[in-house]
Amino acid sequence: MIRVELPFHLRTLAQVSGEVQVEVAAPVTLRRVLDALEEQYPVLCGTIRDHDTKQRRPFLRFFAHQQDISHDSPDDPLPGEVASGKEPLLVIGAIAGGSR
Amino acid sequence: MSKVRVLVGTRKGAFTLTADGKRDQWEVAGPFFAGWEVYHMKGSPVNPDRIYASQTSGWFGQIIQRSDDGGKTWTAPGGGQQKSPQGWPMGESNRFVYDTSDTSGAPLTTHQWYDGTQHPWEFKRVWHIEPSLTDADAVYAGIEDAALFHSKDGGHSWQELSGLRGHGTGPNWQPGAGGMCLHTIVLDPKDPNRIYIAISAAGAFRSDDGGASWKPINKGLRSQFLPDQDAEVGHCVHHIAMNPKRPGVLFMQKHWDVMRSDDAGDNWREVSGNLPTDFGFAIDIHSHEPETIYVAPIKSDSEHYPLDGKLQVWRSRTGGNDWEAMTSGLPQANCYVNVLRDAMAVDTLDECGVYFGTTGGQVYVSPDAGDTWKPIVRDLPPVLSVEVQTLP
Repeated sequence: MIRVELPFHLRTLAQVSGEVQVEVAAPVTLRRVLDALEEQYPVLCGTIRDHDTKQRRPFLRFFAHQQDISHDSPDDPLPGEVASGKEPLLVIGAIAGGSR
Repeated sequence: MSKVRVLVGTRKGAFTLTADGKRDQWEVAGPFFAGWEVYHMKGSPVNPDRIYASQTSGWFGQIIQRSDDGGKTWTAPGGGQQKSPQGWPMGESNRFVYDTSDTSGAPLTTHQWYDGTQHPWEFKRVWHIEPSLTDADAVYAGIEDAALFHSKDGGHSWQELSGLRGHGTGPNWQPGAGGMCLHTIVLDPKDPNRIYIAISAAGAFRSDDGGASWKPINKGLRSQFLPDQDAEVGHCVHHIAMNPKRPGVLFMQKHWDVMRSDDAGDNWREVSGNLPTDFGFAIDIHSHEPETIYVAPIKSDSEHYPLDGKLQVWRSRTGGNDWEAMTSGLPQANCYVNVLRDAMAVDTLDECGVYFGTTGGQVYVSPDAGDTWKPIVRDLPPVLSVEVQTLP
């Protein structure tokens, strides 16, 4: 099982607390994890990546094994620590837009 | 005894305010969707317990929420465990995709950008939700960048009525300071095929065929920033109000100028009269007196707060031109809030109640048609929208 840590507002939206777990067949890639996440929690469709282009929303970042993988190919294999379930994939809302 | 439920969208969540017909003691519930911007909430006239809400975020995008119990509980209608025939998750309730298909769509062209260059249409958020007058599952959504969508299945899925965006004037539309938003949708109760919309800063449009085709209705509007004073589009219309008992008569708060049309928008004339400033955003009409109009004058387009720090609603009982200041109960010193375009509403009780919200987080009620005011709440986040439901 792949562990995913969502930002607060997406946990609220998906009505989950703490990490979520999704099942992903090898090879474990970011695209496959997000596909599985959206399948399990359809309300998250469009909140992390665009509905149709599947591009990452600008103010979100992906971290895996202490690396920012936001600009990597979504088809690259995720680090073994995440693929094995030892560490979570982090979906992080950027600290930006403090005026509101 | 009748009661009222006020639906308040704010920068940091939604609230419901309920009271009996006296409109004196209020129960406040919320925040719903805490931390998210709620641009608008509106209940179905067919089933008042069905309420639609636009929940939006610069980080996480657009969510449509729906309540079927009067705002107590909410669900994203397309967000359940459902799949497309291909096995993919749906999540359709939040999917607003411009229709560029050959059959029902229009090409995704460009519109004018702030610097005069052309810019592609990009979906940003839902500004306004307008439930159908006859079907609780049917609802319209006005979005930024300007386009009109509708849902026939209670918000599960949304389709664009692309005839509007595809209007040939599209490349001349330009964003106002708040973006190129379709912020006003008015449905004609006597003609189900007639829809009015307004876009900042393109102007007002009318459809007489259920949204398939549109014509600009901006004749008589004057905008100093436009080189052509008779331009068909490009006007910064802030809001349009209609009394459902007299659907052919419209009132408009333009960027500057309060306007009136007696022929369904074909021609407009200015009725600013003795207003101390005719800049503003909100405008509404008394439920039972179609010639009684309310506006919240704002100092100017450069200073978005009341004149001289005095919060005032101005009322005309003559359909415009002759206005009187309603000040009783409103702060008359050191008040520097704004009243946004969707933040004024009226109930339909025998003695018409008037409501408005401010960017300072206050929601005021007048239970006597504007004569006196009192705050329902004082310290909400900045108020983006106010709607009111009159309930049995």
